[in-house]
Formats: sequence, structure tokens, C-alpha cells
Amino acid sequence: MQFYVQNALGGLAYGSLLFLIASGLTLIFGLMRIINLAQTAFYLLGAYVGLALVAHGLNFWVASVAAGIVTMALGLAVYSAFLHRYHADPLTSLLLTLGFALILDDVILATWGGDPHSIAAPPFLAQSLQVGGVIFPAYWLAVIAISTTIAVVLFVAMHRTMLGVMIRAAVDDEEMARGVGVDVNRSFYIVFAAGALVAGIGGLLGGPITSAYPGLDGELTPLAFAVVIVGGMGSLTGAFVGSLLIGLVNAFGKAMFPELSYFTIFVPVALIMAFRPQGLFGRKL
Amino acid sequence: MTGAPGDALCLSLRGVTKRFGSLSVLDDVSLDVRTGERCGIIGPNGAGKSTLFNIIAGELPLTSGTVRFLDRDVTRLAAHARARSGLARTFQTTTLFPRLTVVENIVLALQAHSGERFALLAPRSRYRKRDEEALALLDQVGLADRGDASIDALGYGEKRQIEILLAMAQRPKLLLLDEPTAGLAPGDASLVTEMLKRERSGLTMVLIEHDMGVVFDIVERLTVLHHGRVVADGPLDAIRGDAAVQEIYLGGVL
Amino acid sequence: MSVRRRWTFALAAGAVVALLLPCLGVPTFYVSLLTQTWIIAIAAMSLDLLIGFTGLVNFSQAALFGVGAYAVAIAATRFHVVGFLPGLGLGITAAVVTAALFGLVALRAEGPGFIIITIALNQIMWGLAYQWVSVSGGDNGITGIVRPHIGPLDVSGNTGYYYVCLVMFALAFALLMTIVRSPFGLVLKGVRETPRRMRALGYNVWLYRYFALMISAAFAGTAGVLFAWYNQFVGPVNLSLDQSTQFLIIVILGGIGTIFGQFFGALVVVFLSNELSAVTQRWMLVLGLIYFVIVMYAPGGLVVLVPRLWARLRGRPVVLAADVPLEDR
Repeated sequence: MQFYVQNALGGLAYGSLLFLIASGLTLIFGLMRIINLAQTAFYLLGAYVGLALVAHGLNFWVASVAAGIVTMALGLAVYSAFLHRYHADPLTSLLLTLGFALILDDVILATWGGDPHSIAAPPFLAQSLQVGGVIFPAYWLAVIAISTTIAVVLFVAMHRTMLGVMIRAAVDDEEMARGVGVDVNRSFYIVFAAGALVAGIGGLLGGPITSAYPGLDGELTPLAFAVVIVGGMGSLTGAFVGSLLIGLVNAFGKAMFPELSYFTIFVPVALIMAFRPQGLFGRKL
Repeated sequence: MTGAPGDALCLSLRGVTKRFGSLSVLDDVSLDVRTGERCGIIGPNGAGKSTLFNIIAGELPLTSGTVRFLDRDVTRLAAHARARSGLARTFQTTTLFPRLTVVENIVLALQAHSGERFALLAPRSRYRKRDEEALALLDQVGLADRGDASIDALGYGEKRQIEILLAMAQRPKLLLLDEPTAGLAPGDASLVTEMLKRERSGLTMVLIEHDMGVVFDIVERLTVLHHGRVVADGPLDAIRGDAAVQEIYLGGVL
Repeated sequence: MSVRRRWTFALAAGAVVALLLPCLGVPTFYVSLLTQTWIIAIAAMSLDLLIGFTGLVNFSQAALFGVGAYAVAIAATRFHVVGFLPGLGLGITAAVVTAALFGLVALRAEGPGFIIITIALNQIMWGLAYQWVSVSGGDNGITGIVRPHIGPLDVSGNTGYYYVCLVMFALAFALLMTIVRSPFGLVLKGVRETPRRMRALGYNVWLYRYFALMISAAFAGTAGVLFAWYNQFVGPVNLSLDQSTQFLIIVILGGIGTIFGQFFGALVVVFLSNELSAVTQRWMLVLGLIYFVIVMYAPGGLVVLVPRLWARLRGRPVVLAADVPLEDR
């Protein structure tokens, strides 16, 4: 029992972090057909910037939001300077995000060096909790709570606000949306910015779990894409459920089949690709 | 199966229904096209004409009903398999190979049924007679000198002509034409009409068209679709005189 | 006709230079880098067949390359299969079989969906190589792969192996050029341009993509085998997503849909990563910037960009662009 609860919590916490990356990935793809290979680099940038801010004495939570805003500003700059022109051209935009990720990775390496930085959780969450026989970091619960909150905010924004309705209309049928007067371009900027913001915030938040090191983004990319495949491309609900699923499979896989843990993540992914290529919540590709 | 060749059915639809979610685009459409017949389908925008073509060509699965082509049930046959059994179509929005040359476009249609499409270790220059065949076809419509141009470099009218030429190069038994003169200036439209009229008389054609001049020039029989249903079907003159059809669609045109 | 003759001349000149290089006292280190260039160029050309001619942006090309490399490595170290042809045959077979399986899954999607699925597929193979330690050696990889003899010829030396790879590159280049110019190649271009019309013409689009994937895998597997012998080591890094990305970058640099451009792309990446990394740690940045500029301003790649720049330089060597009247620009 302890084993299950422990791994379930760990998996949910890790999955929550994946959601912060995958939500942007799936929304950006759904709306603009841009496969943003720089999304995990945004996460990593958020971690380092946040870390630098914390080192200057900023509060952990404030630093993570500030890092998110810095990341968002960069994302917006890249989007408006380069990507914006190519949103109808999935290959070129993908290639550009790839080039951008290369450059950003190297800038991060040059600025912060190659050594891993461990990131401490805020003091009041740093201790471990013991419930029954299960011992786990209190911080896990915080990450799950925050990520769920962000998911709810995104969901409400997409489904209950005028802006969200417009964005969803543009996802469904861009031409039609333009026809009825939706400012589709504006929704592109907003979604790209939101994706970068959430990933950037995630960087420092996830720091106590993933720490920060060059190459972390490359490790997270396949997981984030696994989430998008499982959940369905373009679906926010899918990204949330998919993140938690991948997080859980990852945790139990590592605990039960340490030799094949990587495989255990991608076998369900392969099965979904083969039998339900549109993902759990997506529309047909 | 029986009777004179002219009486054989080329295409036969029975109860064809297509729904997208709760939206019914085609509702119990039945239609027979005899071999050699030139049939027109008209109807206001949103009547389901293009959807019907996509279903006949096998690009869209249907919700219920059957499609028979040349006395064979093709309801579940893939688009490319239907094309190989003699069905060709054109598209309402020009659907060519923009970065290939005009000759290459036509050659793709010509070699579609030949074993050479799998030849991968011999250069295309070994198959020069295909290029000559393509040029001969282009010559018929006066475009032989454009053979080496890429499709991108053609004018819109020329593209529409190639759009039809490609389907004809398939040597089809049934030709589906989806608004062949859409967006053309009157001069270019008459070029296309002439092209269709020149085509060998035995070819079965189904034509979707908004330009009534073109329709009356080419077809001998007319089917009227409205809200996904067949509301009238018969010889040109009968439809012309049908008061209900005039009411629904033709308005004051006739 | 003169264009054709110029090409023939350039190709012949290139071949002569390539043949003579090891005899001209070029340092062993550079001979070795060039050997690597020939190998990587084969892999990049195989990817170009998919991206440039079939319209499939395959992010699992490194998996196909790596499966070829692992196949020959395992055969050589475990089963003492050390011949040139048996090794090559094994590697190609392994890569083609992998592609046949990948195709069944990935070709259910098109465009961006295909890209994302191939990312995941590549990662599955990486995971296997990384974690199936009993077979793949895990992170430590497989060492001690011995370069084969070809009949009585000992080609295990630096120079000998250079020629092996040069010949294999020439063969692959000739074969791929023939394929893209064949009627089958025209079909692939049609599939790349407008799959919908291809279906309407009677082509089984899925099948052609599937064939293209397997043909491409044969070349990628060949490159993998040559690389295993070259490096005498195979590790998970050789079939990582980073490796797939590197192949993709080479294709972009060389020029999508050019085949021959991939040699230049490979040359730039191999030399940049080895030479520039000795001078500055920021070689990835330099590579990233070059890459970015090419995607943005010269989608045709180096083979388009360089001649254009060259013509510009020759045309008005000292005149600044701003001094040239508008109509001459």
C-alpha cells in the first residue's frame, strides 16, 4: 500500500510539472500548427532565471512568476520577430523553434555553466510529511495543487471567457473565425505568450524536483510530446489527463521495472498511436 | 447488365447519407448515371454537391447507403482503388502539383496505371515517350509551349485547363467535374467548355456547375440537390420547365 | 547542356580531389574527419529522400541509423560476424525492418502528427539502447568493434577506411540521384506536393510513403554500419533525438531536396563541431545562428546561398550594397 501511495504521489507531482510544459505545447500546436521544440527550453530558462532571482533574495514564488514573465517576453519577441510569419508553414516554424532551442541552450550553458544546480523548496515546504506509513516531500503536494490551479485557470479562460471562445473558434476553423470577426492574430500572440509564461513559471516550481542542468530540456521534450500524443493534439483536457497518466506510468515504471522504465512510458504511447492516433481527447489528425 | 451498352449503369447511388455529427449533409440520395450520359448536378451553395463528389470518389466515408461503379459495389473501396478502376475527378479549387512542370503533372496522370510508376533504378529520360504523350495532350489545348513551365508560373485559366487535362489523361470511364469554370473570366470559361465538348462522345460525365450557360451547353440531364436531397432529376428540358425547381433554385435565371 | 557539362566537370573534379586527398599529406586527423563526413552525408541524403522528395519530416532517422550500427556491433562482438558484406547486409536489414514497423504506426498520421509520432518512436529506440543493458550495453554502449577486411584487402587503417566510405558515399549518391530522377521518384514528388490529387489519380499514397521510408532506411542503416566501424564504438547517443536533429540540421544547411547538398551540410557540421569546438565553446551557438539564418533567408540551403553570395562578391567586390542603384540590386 505504502508503495502505491508513494509512487502515485510522486507520479502526480512529476505529471503536474509535465502539464506546465505540455499545456503550452498542445495549445500552440492546436491553434497555430506550430510544433514548438523550444517549449522545454522555456522551462529550463525559467528555472535558471528564477534561480538567479532567488539568489538575489527574491521570494521563491515571486521569483517563479517573474521568471515566467521574462520567459514570456522572450517567447513573444521570438514569436513576433520570426515565427509569426510562418504559422501556416508547420515545417519552417518547427525548424525555427529548433534553431531557437539550440541557441537558447547554448546561451544558458554559457551563462550558467554545465554543472547541475539543485533548487531548494521554500523553507516551510522543505520538510517531509508522514501520513500513515508514507513519507513524502510536502513540496509534492504544493506542486500538484499549483499545477491543478493553473489547469483550472486555463480551462476557465478557454471555456468561460469571450477570449477563450474566440481562441477555440480559431482552433476549430480559422477561416470561419476570421470571417465572423475574430482577431485571430491577437489570439496567436496570446496563446504563444501564455504557453511560454506557464512553462517559464514551471521551471523554478519544478526545480526542487527536476533540478536544473543543460540537457534537461532535451530529456523533457520526449515526455512532453508523449503527453501531447496521449492526450490528443490541441486538447487542454487531454494535456492534463495525459500529463498525470505519463507521470504515473513514469513513476511506477521506474519503481517496478527499473531496467525498462523508459520503455514502459512509450509502450502505452505506441499503443495509443496505433489504435487511437487522435489521442484520448483529440480530434482526428 | 442487360440491354444496349448505352443503357448499362455506369454509376449508381442508393440511399447515400452523410452526417457530420448531427448535421445531415446528404440525406438518402439515390442517383443513376448511364454509360455515356452527361449529367449535371446543380443546387445552391451548401446543397451537398461537393460532399457527394467526395463520397463518389471515395475521399469521404459515407454514413449509410451504397455506391456502385461499373456494376461493382465500391462503397468501401479506397479513393485510389476507385481511380484505378476508371473513375477520375477534378477539384473545385485547383489541385495540381505546383512545383512540378506541366509535363510532369500530366505524366503523373499518364503513368498512374502503368508498371513504370514503380521503376526506381531507371531515369525518367528512359521513358521519353511519356513526355511526348503529355505534350501531344497539351497540344490539343494549345498549351504545348508551356510544357516546361512549372505550374506555379501558369495563369489561372491555364491551371484550370490542366486541372481537367490531368483527369482526361487518366483515360477514365467516368469523369467527375467539380465546377470546372469556377472563377474563370468568360473567355477562359468558354475555352474549358470547348475542351469538355470536344472530349470523346462515349465518356460518361457528371458535372457540378453554377454557370447555367455551361451546364446547358454540356449536359443532357440535370439533377437538382437542395439541403442534401434530390428535389428533381430528369432531362434538361423537363427540369427547365419544373416550376418547383425554379422556385427553389433557378429563380429568374431561366 | 552547358549547365549539365559544368555539373559533370564539378563532380569529376570533386571526385579527383576526394581520391587524392589522403595521398597529399593531409594530416590523419582531417582524413578521419572527412571519413566521418562521407558517412554522415549518406545518412543526411537518406533523410533528404524523405523530407525533400516525399514530404515526410522523419525525426526517427537516427533510430534507423543507430539500429544499423547496433546490429553490426552486436553481430561483431557477440557472434563474430566480421565480414564487410555480412555486416552491411545485417545493418541494412535491421534498419529496413525497423522502418517497416515504424511506418505502420507513424504513417497513420500526416504532416505535424507524423513529426510528433516519429519523435516518440525515436525515443523508444533510445530507451531500448539505454536500458536494455544485456543486449545493448546500456549507457556504456558496445566497444571493440573491429573494422572488417574486404576480401584480401585490409581497409582497417585510416586511409583504407577513408576509401571504403568514399566509395560507399559515391554509390549511395549515384543510387539516390537515380531514384529521385526515376518515374518512381516523380511519384514521390507528387506525393510530397499534393497527396490528395495523387489519390485521385490512382496512386496508393500510403504505400509510396511506406516504400520511401524503407528505401531511406536502407541508406540510413548503411551509414550506421559504416559509422560503427569508423568509431569502433556504438552508444545510445548515436540513436538519440539529438542525432536525429543533427541529421535534420544538415539537410537544412545542405538544401532540402538537393541530395548532393547534403555533402556540404555534413562537411560544415562535422568540421564545425570538431574544429570550432577547439577554438570556442560556443560552436553550438554559431551553428544555431547559421542554421537560423538559412531557414529564414535561404531555404534552399548552402548550395543556393553560397553561389549567390559568391556571384555577389565577384560582381562588385568593393561596392557596398547601399551604393548600388536599386535597379541593379
